[in-house]
Amino acid sequence: MSAAIRIEYIFWLVAALLAICAFKNLAERRWAMAAFWGVIACAFAFGELIRAASAAGQRGPAQAMGAGVIALGLLAMGGSRAAVPGAADPPAADIGNRLFLPALAIPLATLVIVLVAPWLHVFGMPLIDASQPTLVALGLACVIALAAALRTTGARVGEAFSEGRRLLDALGSVALLPMVLATLGSVFAATGVGDVIAHIVGMTIPIDNRLACLAAFAFGMVVFTMIMGNAFAAFPVMMAGIGVPLLVVKHGALPAVLGSLGMLTGYCGTLLTPMAANFNIVPAVLLELPDQYAVIRAQIPTALILLCINVALMALLVFR
Amino acid sequence: MNYWPLIGVAVVIAGFALKRNAVLVVVAAGVTSALAAGMSIGDLLALLGNAFVSNRALLLFTLTLPVIGLLERYGLRERAEAWVAGFRSLSLARLLIAYLGGRQLLAMFGLIDLGGHAQTVRPLLAPMSEAAASRDCRLDDAERVRVLSLAAATDNVGRFFGEDVFLAFGAVLLIQGFYERNGIHLEPMQIALWALPTAICAFVIHALRIVFVARTLAARQREVAAARVDGAPS
Repeated sequence: MSAAIRIEYIFWLVAALLAICAFKNLAERRWAMAAFWGVIACAFAFGELIRAASAAGQRGPAQAMGAGVIALGLLAMGGSRAAVPGAADPPAADIGNRLFLPALAIPLATLVIVLVAPWLHVFGMPLIDASQPTLVALGLACVIALAAALRTTGARVGEAFSEGRRLLDALGSVALLPMVLATLGSVFAATGVGDVIAHIVGMTIPIDNRLACLAAFAFGMVVFTMIMGNAFAAFPVMMAGIGVPLLVVKHGALPAVLGSLGMLTGYCGTLLTPMAANFNIVPAVLLELPDQYAVIRAQIPTALILLCINVALMALLVFR
Repeated sequence: MNYWPLIGVAVVIAGFALKRNAVLVVVAAGVTSALAAGMSIGDLLALLGNAFVSNRALLLFTLTLPVIGLLERYGLRERAEAWVAGFRSLSLARLLIAYLGGRQLLAMFGLIDLGGHAQTVRPLLAPMSEAAASRDCRLDDAERVRVLSLAAATDNVGRFFGEDVFLAFGAVLLIQGFYERNGIHLEPMQIALWALPTAICAFVIHALRIVFVARTLAARQREVAAARVDGAPS
């Protein structure tokens, strides 16, 4: 179903932002960074075309993008992380608490747009893409908040993009990490890494003992989530390898409880791994912490205690 | 069974351990794993390209950066600190626990992207936490890292252990869909409800940890304040 504002338009906004970043770097002769942002901008500008071509059986565009991904790996190694100097004179004007409004506009506008989206229609089609309403709403909220921020501060648009570019360059290749990690997850899935791990775990446990099976399932969920950076990737693999055949069919575990608690066991793994970069590494860099693993360190006690409780809950609730 | 693709996992672990550039490590791991699985170069490139493009949503947070950058240039962080400094009763523990509870509740209603590291933690929660933790004296570097990383961790815990209770969330639908394909029919409600006990435990455990960290920090703050009073000329 088509919509007036598709997620693709929001991706084009990202492409524009990345392109600006690339051009600013180009103007300063920071070639590697310019090329880095430029390649990513292409993924956002032509993403839909690439997917459409693949769906139609033409592999050229996707292969070109794949070569781009490899180039990104090499560029990330070469890209200088030298900080871009901020604009010289910080504005003196005291704006007061009104400064909060544009910042709060991002979550609040997202909320309002998500809530009213089902009732908004233009020319007989929904205004907001119903398949991904929150992401579209977040994109629109950023535009609204930017307008509000420009109004409140009286700054020029160019200033906003300079600041955005400064933050983006400070993040550097870390900004891209979530996307390449998710890509790696797809590669691991396609090459059968998950099946191998489930196979190895399955070979090493005494399958007649239901608690041993449960422990292996939980352990597998955590370890595989840590490797993939994503519990969603671990779940089908561990369920197909251990969950359904051994726990549900052989030992009569309740599927609803096993599914829900099994997934949450994986989430404990997500709190522990640098592979879940968008949650664990990106914030450390965003907050300018000296140690990239500081956020993970802060999460280890919560994750481990919760993991134990979760496994205990499973042992109590899963078998009836 | 072909065990060779596991080399990709080894590349990731070795690369992270040796602290090479993470993007390079991950790309190298993907290429290694695919080649070890016997994939042709053409298939490999197409797989990489398609997977990369399919995961574009993960970079959407960059759209917040111009707004956040501009507001910070005009003093957003300082404002957030000043605002918290005005509330004597808003302690670090109260601030973070309230954020944790709010984030969990909103996530339970599917409002996951309301908060986030770029949207709320860097511009608002982090400076507020720092201000709430340093009422009597400045935090030293280690304490500062502890407070900021705890704020980021609080956002993660609240999000993860709230979203699973939401019916239409991907995880619940993924679980339901998986069982459906295996001939087991479940209602999403049955699955989502079983996430509640863990959600409550997550809140309690993390809230206790916040209190613990806040107490440790507050103890030093009081010491410094007391020393200042003792040493002050009368």
